[in-house]
Amino acid sequence: MIADEDLALLLLIRRFEEKLLELFGQGLLDGTTHTCLGQEYIPVALRPLLTGDDFVFSNHRGHGHYLARFADPAGLLAEIMGREGAVCEGVGGSQHILRERFLSTGVQGESLPVAAGAALHLKRREPGRLACVHIGDGTWGEGAVYEALNMASLWELPLLVVVEHNGIAQSTPTELQLAGTIAGRAAAFGIAHHRTESTDVEDIRAELGELVGRVRGESRPLVVEFATHRLGPHSKGDDTRAESVVRAARDHDWYPRYRAAHPNRVDLLDAGATELVERIARDVAERPLVKGAPGCG
Amino acid sequence: MRVAENLNRALHHVFETDPDVHLLGEDILDPYGGAFKITKGLSTRFGDRVRATPLSEGAIVGVAAGLALAGEKAIVEIMFGDFAALAFDQIVNFASKSVSMYGRPVRLPLVIRCPSGGHRGYGPTHSQSLQKHFVGVPGLSLFELSPFHDAQRLLVDMLALGEPCLLFEDKVLYTRQQFEDGRIDELFQYDLVGDVARVYVEDPDDADCVLIAPGGLTQRALEALRELLIRYEINGVLLVPTRLYPFDAEALLPLLKRAKAICVAEDGSAGGTWGAEVATRLHEHLWGRLRRPVKLVHAADRVVPAAAHLEREVLVGAAKIRDAVLEVAGVR
Repeated sequence: MIADEDLALLLLIRRFEEKLLELFGQGLLDGTTHTCLGQEYIPVALRPLLTGDDFVFSNHRGHGHYLARFADPAGLLAEIMGREGAVCEGVGGSQHILRERFLSTGVQGESLPVAAGAALHLKRREPGRLACVHIGDGTWGEGAVYEALNMASLWELPLLVVVEHNGIAQSTPTELQLAGTIAGRAAAFGIAHHRTESTDVEDIRAELGELVGRVRGESRPLVVEFATHRLGPHSKGDDTRAESVVRAARDHDWYPRYRAAHPNRVDLLDAGATELVERIARDVAERPLVKGAPGCG
Repeated sequence: MRVAENLNRALHHVFETDPDVHLLGEDILDPYGGAFKITKGLSTRFGDRVRATPLSEGAIVGVAAGLALAGEKAIVEIMFGDFAALAFDQIVNFASKSVSMYGRPVRLPLVIRCPSGGHRGYGPTHSQSLQKHFVGVPGLSLFELSPFHDAQRLLVDMLALGEPCLLFEDKVLYTRQQFEDGRIDELFQYDLVGDVARVYVEDPDDADCVLIAPGGLTQRALEALRELLIRYEINGVLLVPTRLYPFDAEALLPLLKRAKAICVAEDGSAGGTWGAEVATRLHEHLWGRLRRPVKLVHAADRVVPAAAHLEREVLVGAAKIRDAVLEVAGVR
């Protein structure tokens, strides 16, 4: 049975992302943001499979990744809103975050070679630890992915590639941008591949535990492909998908499934998450604008 | 000692003294030792810290940046500097950004070595000097190898910066003599003023014209200065900085306090040049004191042809530098 801690984190990420879209709608946020609505369960499922000594390389859709690693929704929201307490002083914003061994960056595919470099360091100096890198299905259009996979396999690097395959790259459906399969790509490099359609954090952990253990123990790369579903827009208000497509995505949402299974727990924890996010949003919005960091933009 | 040997020795020294340093690049292992033999002996002595890579310049720089972020130090050899274009995203959007875009200074000790320049008949895609394309990127420093500056100190200094650096290395310069002890030949001597090598005949402050050029142009600049002196009785001083960007114009000012004419020479093609950046900075300080604006010398606005006689027409040679100095000195 899913633990309260996991449910609470899932709900926190869901309410946090919804709040961002609401704040955008009210004109209270600048720039852009990419929410992970529907994909929250992926970093939550991976959480106990990773340690603080592992590297996590996140991408443009990285709020869930951050919140699963650090219990710091206020720091993240402050970063996105450019307010005091921002985790990167407001310089990085939504998609450029660095904290300890967590790093996100905004250019597709760019982080995979960097993650391979971090994995090379771990293999030499800190065996047993791994570098985890989150990418999407659209990221496979970038040559950097293939260059890095080649090296990761060639040099037997402890690199865990997490593919959040949500079937759409911004507005372009996968069938218009990806020939062949991700499994075929991994096979071409001699890299183990595991695909899961589950949205159940316990099932996913059971599926992946041993495989991730091999990344550490045998120092070799692994591609894990999550067949997942993006419930929200790519960024904000830019969802051009047909209603039927969005409805099909909702059919895979973890929320109604967990709520049906654990109505009282979900409602109680949801109320807590909602209240926390409301409180943080009010608190952060009232903070002074971040002053910026000398020499850092 | 040749410049190539000096650089090779410097790399050996860095690897001997710093167990955190890695080298990545194509064909850098023994017995081949790199396309220009700069990495000879390193893989034999330092094992897997010297890593031959696939032909993947983008990922090579990305992996190096990952190593650097994880607390190590990385040197990359780009076989031909032209191929740095394949790593542009990693250099400009990742490595250079990462030192400041996370709201606090992040250490990223990374040196990307780029054998550059023509005069070897390699043709349009293997003869370029791409310095100008990397000028003005926040967090990115540009250096150039010189026969006056010890490569060991240069490498150590670049790694100590904790920020990504590009090191441009002229391919012809590799084969030239590394100067030591202040003497170049029977005519010229030099000294080092901070980062800048100053080449002169007798009195560095008594010159008709100051020529500023990166290390790769040294031989051609010396040839031009020799002819200017002997044939035209124009006394020129050559200033060779190793750090091209950010360019410390203020540090150069004491060396220019009596200059009436200045010329900046470089190997890149015309348009948006490093020399234009230097000239702009110098004009801020020296406008009104110079007889005429800083004169720029660079390659033509054309690709670099393979045939030697055509290549000579496009690239900067001693005659082109000589003519520019004559013009800015008011002789023609």
